[in-house]
Amino acid sequence: MRAPLSWLREYAALPADLDPRQLADRLVGYGLEVETVESAGADVSGPLVVGRVLEQTPEPQKNGKTINWCLVDVGEHNPEGERGRGIVCGAHNFGVGDLVVVALSGAVLPGDFRISARKTYGHVSDGMICSAAELGLPGDSSGIIVLDGTDDDGTPLTPGQDALGLLHLRDDVLDIAVTPNLGYCFSIRGLAREAADAYSVDFTDPVDRPLPSQVTEGHPVRIESEACSSFVALTVTGFDATRPSPRWMQRRLQLAGMRPISLGVDVTNYVMLATGQPLHGYDARRLRGTVVVRQATEGERLTTLDGVERTLSAEDLVIADDSGAIGLAGVMGGADTELADDTSTIVLEAACFDPVTVARTSRRHKLGSEASRRFERGVDPQAGYAAARLAAALLVRLGGGRLEQSETVLGSAPAVPEQRIPADLPSRVLGIEVPTERVLTLIRAGGTVAELDGDTLVLTPPSWRHDLRDPYDWAEEVGRKVGVDTIPPVLPVPPAGRGLTVEQRARRAVNQALAATGHVEVLNLPFLSEADLDRLQLPAEDDRRSVVTLANPLADTAPHLRTTLLPALLHAVARNASRGTPDLAVHEIGSVFRARPGRGVAPRPEVTRRPSEAEIAALDAALPDQPRRLAVVLSGDWLPTTPERPAVRAGWQHAVEAAEIAARAVGLELGRHADQHAPFHPGRCAALTVGEEVVGHAGELHPTVCEAFGVPARTCAMELDLDRLVALAPRGGSVAPISTLPVAKIDIAVVVPAATPQAEVQAALAEGGGSLVESIRLFDVYTSDALGPDRKSLAYALLLRAPDRTLTDAEAMQVRDAAVALAAERCGAELRS
Amino acid sequence: MSQAPTPEATGQDVPGDNPLAPEQVEAAVAAALAAFEQAGTTAELKQARIDHTGERSPLALANRAIGRLPGPERKEAGQRIGQARGRVSQALAAREDQVVAAELEARLAAEAVDVTLPVASIPIGAVHPITGLMDQMCDVFVGMGWEVAEGPELEAEWLNFDALNLPPDHPARSMADTLFVEPLDHQTLMRTHTSPVQIRTLLDREPPVYVVCPGKVYRADELDATHLPVFHQIEGLVVDKGITLAHLRGTLDHFARAMFGDIRTRMRPNYFPFTEPSAEIDLECFVCHGTSVGNPDAPCRTCSSEGWIEWGGCGVVNPRVLAACGIDSDVYSGFAFGMGIDRTLMFRNNATDLRDMVEGDVRFSRSLVGTAR
Repeated sequence: MRAPLSWLREYAALPADLDPRQLADRLVGYGLEVETVESAGADVSGPLVVGRVLEQTPEPQKNGKTINWCLVDVGEHNPEGERGRGIVCGAHNFGVGDLVVVALSGAVLPGDFRISARKTYGHVSDGMICSAAELGLPGDSSGIIVLDGTDDDGTPLTPGQDALGLLHLRDDVLDIAVTPNLGYCFSIRGLAREAADAYSVDFTDPVDRPLPSQVTEGHPVRIESEACSSFVALTVTGFDATRPSPRWMQRRLQLAGMRPISLGVDVTNYVMLATGQPLHGYDARRLRGTVVVRQATEGERLTTLDGVERTLSAEDLVIADDSGAIGLAGVMGGADTELADDTSTIVLEAACFDPVTVARTSRRHKLGSEASRRFERGVDPQAGYAAARLAAALLVRLGGGRLEQSETVLGSAPAVPEQRIPADLPSRVLGIEVPTERVLTLIRAGGTVAELDGDTLVLTPPSWRHDLRDPYDWAEEVGRKVGVDTIPPVLPVPPAGRGLTVEQRARRAVNQALAATGHVEVLNLPFLSEADLDRLQLPAEDDRRSVVTLANPLADTAPHLRTTLLPALLHAVARNASRGTPDLAVHEIGSVFRARPGRGVAPRPEVTRRPSEAEIAALDAALPDQPRRLAVVLSGDWLPTTPERPAVRAGWQHAVEAAEIAARAVGLELGRHADQHAPFHPGRCAALTVGEEVVGHAGELHPTVCEAFGVPARTCAMELDLDRLVALAPRGGSVAPISTLPVAKIDIAVVVPAATPQAEVQAALAEGGGSLVESIRLFDVYTSDALGPDRKSLAYALLLRAPDRTLTDAEAMQVRDAAVALAAERCGAELRS
Repeated sequence: MSQAPTPEATGQDVPGDNPLAPEQVEAAVAAALAAFEQAGTTAELKQARIDHTGERSPLALANRAIGRLPGPERKEAGQRIGQARGRVSQALAAREDQVVAAELEARLAAEAVDVTLPVASIPIGAVHPITGLMDQMCDVFVGMGWEVAEGPELEAEWLNFDALNLPPDHPARSMADTLFVEPLDHQTLMRTHTSPVQIRTLLDREPPVYVVCPGKVYRADELDATHLPVFHQIEGLVVDKGITLAHLRGTLDHFARAMFGDIRTRMRPNYFPFTEPSAEIDLECFVCHGTSVGNPDAPCRTCSSEGWIEWGGCGVVNPRVLAACGIDSDVYSGFAFGMGIDRTLMFRNNATDLRDMVEGDVRFSRSLVGTAR
């Protein structure tokens, strides 16, 4: 809502020397978000005066244009002893004797356009005759401004008098973002009331009378819907629609952000801005019979004022006559009955419509208007009649019409029930002591009828305050007037906390461990396309195809929620590579969404009570699985070439290691076995296990997948279920006993079939070696012609230690033999001599 | 290299060539000192030591010859030889120290490296700036004894809207603002704020409740420089006996100071359905502290020379919200607040394009490496 200060002053007796910025600060304190304070017209400075054209000589030019060489009387600004100043003017919409606006030498116009006497078209042009556009004013810009001879009060104009005030050029405009609860501030009336309250000055309400009781003598009207609580119809006859709107009205409309159109339309808009009550004017000639407020019939058609033909829904509320719908109630009028240049009888409508109905219609037809914005937030149900009278009076005064005595007033304003709240409630909510007398004063200043009954406040809010309905609303009302910013801070003391949960600490540890070991966390948008699932080469029955789909996705190509973190990470890798960074180790932690069969409907229980346990269970049962996952993608070089060593390519080992780093961060050692799992290379994919449970996969990506995502060849990846990993993490535990007895080192080399996973051999050796084996480490894998093509030699270093004695050579040999024996049994291992 | 005269070359029993003669002893000492001096390496010095102090060295032979002297001469000769041998061994020790030191110095000089050579054995890793900031914010509250509550991103409509006093026709519930999930009649959506976590917390436990709820939230906004369809929020919720707006202000003042240093905050009334009274919290600009206001010579890009930065919304929990969670608002009251983490990162760390937050460019993530940011 844009509010010119001059208009606010009309209703609020604000101090004459008021700084508009200070007013803005006060209003901000009252909960009105003043976004800007503009000094309109500040880019124009004088001398800007009234001039009378004394002579006008058309002079055709070589370029085909004709200019007017004029002598203009500017009164006291005429040169000594002269009748006027010589001015060249290119416009032709004026004649000798007309009063015009002249910018004299020294004036500055918008755009820092400085006026001075200058030679042009063979004359010295001593000033400029101005058009509306040149002054930043509304109106016809095809020619210069021709003044009508008097000012707003009817006093005749004289050449040389100042034109800045005459044209209402200067004003301060507050642009205010009105919150939905303060709908009444979508009017100068509402804002002026707040301003008057903030400065404790008098307020004159332009809505000077309530809605009267029913009368049906004016234009026939029938209300057929409960979505219309009242309807006022006044008729103005003998109206001259060709008269222009006065300058002050056009300027105010312009400053308020509306375009002046015609006198009839401008008056209804002006009164709407002034009072907050939307009005509509019908050309009485075009109304057919009784005006009816009713629900539209499904499929009914209406062409609205914006020229768009609309197909209506049965839920739309319309204004209709015998010809059908003639307006979308509270949103926009119809083209058929609109005011025209030859309209002489106007039927003014000032009605009150249900906010929800208007909001739905406005949304359904994607049609927002100044009227719908106000109805959606709730207009004052008492204001209709006063607003219509105000508009009628203006039409009569400015358009020369007559207000018909016979009026129509249907419906009524709903009664506002009395409320009772504890007198100390505002203080208790705000945390400061506001004496009850002060509470009463503050509340009454907003128009509420407030009385004290013992310890109880008895409150009846005014008709325009739809936001005052709950006890706490009164705390807000008192708070904003006391100034919430002045409430002294108090730090509350919570009960002793437990810190982050184990799970939260574990997830942080995983993220930080990966970051500390060279992985860069990225956050991707969690949307997924069908094409991405195909690029991953997922089989039809893969879990990751159990997508959850958005009803209104931002991009039709990516309508699903992610079921895996990999596609977005791969796109990020491709993006980084295209931006010159092909060597990458990126990771992401985030929720994925997997549809669960049999998901139910999420109930929407009553909000006046706690939902039942069954309802709470149903809320959860309606949601898909949303496990947090961790994924890593590695491409290009893990380490670049340096003077000391060649580059290290990122390989499947790095992907596995990332998983191990994550697991170790929560105290787990991962098991691993070969697996075939999209999108991985069938021979380079490890299932990652904790005990028997597979928690994820790591390895090199399938070459086709790399190609499909446009990532470097041999890109590697890992993805695991982080929630499971954290759930499986060990809690507590005992520290290791430290033996200081000497260690015995033995090496064991065994020959096994080439296809045997070394992990199985190592496990057998460790288990066979028994409790004396402190550690075991593979240090060589050897193949040779002598061993044969399908055999390999694995060499392990073992550390043996007993907790209570120094081991003898014989004991060490026993361990070796036992280890090899089990490896032989399980894996066919032979000790290599 | 010249050689010191050896005992063999001089002969030991040549008449007139008495090894115990003072001049002979002096000569042997001089030869030894000269040999030590000439030895430039530990190996050379070792040879010189053998030659001049070993069993066959002139002084050793002379020492042995003392026994053959008649008694009266023995004492004098013994003293002479003893002194001579002392001088030689002192000189040897001194020279040894010199040679070892010189050799070490030479070795260290030869071993010098270019310490500016690259050393990385792992690439540069990083936590995403959003995660880092979110963790930091949570830590402020955990430090006060609060807890961190979490919940699903895909939520029941009731938890996201109805329970928070957003009526069915509230504009935020339209498809233009909120991402809904198929099938529509299941009444599920992508949460538009982390407030459903507040509701879950209140349904889950008895007051007192002191929690922050960080996490991803969703809006039906196209991605551009100033809009993200998915961004991050941190919300706070307190429900306890006797909680007032003053407690909210105290908490936000502490939060602001913990994040931005010694700055003021400003509270402006506003409107949200889930709080009553509601307010916006502004931060005094932590860069210019308001000095840029009306001062075109020293503009501030952090606050756009406005002196204040809008930080988030807050208010006293609307009793209707408490009612939907079965909490008696005659006994308990509460406050809540919420801030955008991405937005905070924007003004705090001069991010100008929100797309950078979600495009996965590693340069963005790496730009705020470290925990002291």
